[in-house]
Amino acid sequence: MSSPRSPRIWQLKDIRYRLLGVECNKCNKRFLGKRLVCPSCGSRDLKIVELSRTGKIYSYTVVHTPPRGRENYGPYIIAIIELDDGARATGEVVDVDPSEVEIGMKVEMVFRRIGEEDRAGIIYYGYKFRPIL
Amino acid sequence: MRNVAIIGVGITKFGELWDKQLRDLFIDASLEAIKDAKVDLKDIQAIYIGNMSAGEWVEQEHIGPLMADYLGVRGIPSYRVESACASSGIAFKLAYEAVATGLYDLVLVGGVEKMTDVSTEESTHHLASAADREYEAFFGVTFPSLYALMARRHMYEYGTTREQLALVAVKNHRNGSLNPKAHFRNVINIDTVLNSPIVADPLRLFDCSPISDGASAIVIASEDIARKYSDTPIYIIGSGFATDTIALHDRSDITFLWATAEAAKKAYKMADIEPNDIDVAEVHDCFTIAEIMAYEALGFAERGEGGKLIEEGVTELDGKIPVNPSGGLKAKGHPVGATGTAQIVELTLQLRGEAGKRQVQGAEIGLAHNMGGSGSSAVVHILSRVRR
Ligand SMILES: [Zn+2]
Repeated sequence: MSSPRSPRIWQLKDIRYRLLGVECNKCNKRFLGKRLVCPSCGSRDLKIVELSRTGKIYSYTVVHTPPRGRENYGPYIIAIIELDDGARATGEVVDVDPSEVEIGMKVEMVFRRIGEEDRAGIIYYGYKFRPIL
Repeated sequence: MRNVAIIGVGITKFGELWDKQLRDLFIDASLEAIKDAKVDLKDIQAIYIGNMSAGEWVEQEHIGPLMADYLGVRGIPSYRVESACASSGIAFKLAYEAVATGLYDLVLVGGVEKMTDVSTEESTHHLASAADREYEAFFGVTFPSLYALMARRHMYEYGTTREQLALVAVKNHRNGSLNPKAHFRNVINIDTVLNSPIVADPLRLFDCSPISDGASAIVIASEDIARKYSDTPIYIIGSGFATDTIALHDRSDITFLWATAEAAKKAYKMADIEPNDIDVAEVHDCFTIAEIMAYEALGFAERGEGGKLIEEGVTELDGKIPVNPSGGLKAKGHPVGATGTAQIVELTLQLRGEAGKRQVQGAEIGLAHNMGGSGSSAVVHILSRVRR
């Protein structure tokens, strides 16, 4: 099974490479990803911003049953990160033993390889997070 | 809006049904419902089918006409409805609304999913399409991991315990052991759950509903027609549907099923009842934490107190509000598109007094709660044995 990921990776590269989001000019809230309408107040007066690259773990889990394409990864940590500017993002937490992760832990964004397109072998990248030492 | 009632129900066995195809499952359940309703195939004016992803699981889309064709009723409208795991709960709502507003007088509504023809990894990938593919699943999020994130935070904020989660699975397996249609009929204990393999920490295998095949179907009709065919019509007295963000991280509080609470509020208001009035409920326990959070969102417990409710036995078969007498998604099984109407099949049997060994004595009002994804869509129905 192959999926048409390559065009989608191209469409979203700015967001995944630079953690882009939007800031609402009316309610000042920030959200991950491109949007035309504020999900909080409905305003259409939004600007694209680069979100904070640091934040803390809001919740986390260690995934032992992987989806297709990650069968050989071994357990990995998935967390919701509350960024310093209030936006939240979901991503993998790396460079730390799962037993050391906790809610509130400070993390920073890093740029890493996420996976590989099945047969074409296109490697795709994006953000992950690691503890700030 | 006129009164609408359920006059027939059908459900297949849930489980790994190697010898059954997608269409076999839906037709089996449908013919059972039609027989139960004592109507003819030609009486059906429209079909509503909940299905999440037959295209991904068995490479078959366009199942509206497919099922009408195989039911021998081609010509009539046949709608397919998708809202992930809430597909048939929402199909039921649409069918109800169509009859309530007078568009049709008698319709067939059901759901079907055929999930076990592919590997677990493949199913895990397809199920993740109910999350945000680009901002969650792309990074390795799986369905259990989203509920694990909720569980971790619920435990952190409210002190919900690992044992309380396990009690949900223990209860639902005990109930499932009394349901001949259930995927799992084995009785388990807390240790079974706590010693099972980790799926997404803190959730273990026995916190998760299984990947199942199955179908469920219901015949509903306007009140005047329902009373002609049935001595025990079950009335639909409340119906509510609400949506939330697709990505879990965009919600300010992931410990509360907001869309469920909103859907419930609408359904309670329409039925003019309170959570206290519910005699029996089927709730969306795709993971043990989901049942605990559902208690809170449906008003059976205060916020953060869901864990205590299961501990106190309130939701056991002989408790004050029995929840998931069918075994729930956990034990009965979770063929995602079939789940919503399967819950309503169970409530219909309960309210008619035909639920056998798992009968909740004297149940008059039942509530069904079905949700899609991490709670991004939620639908609540309230049924009554007595006309209102
Ligand atoms: Zn705003």
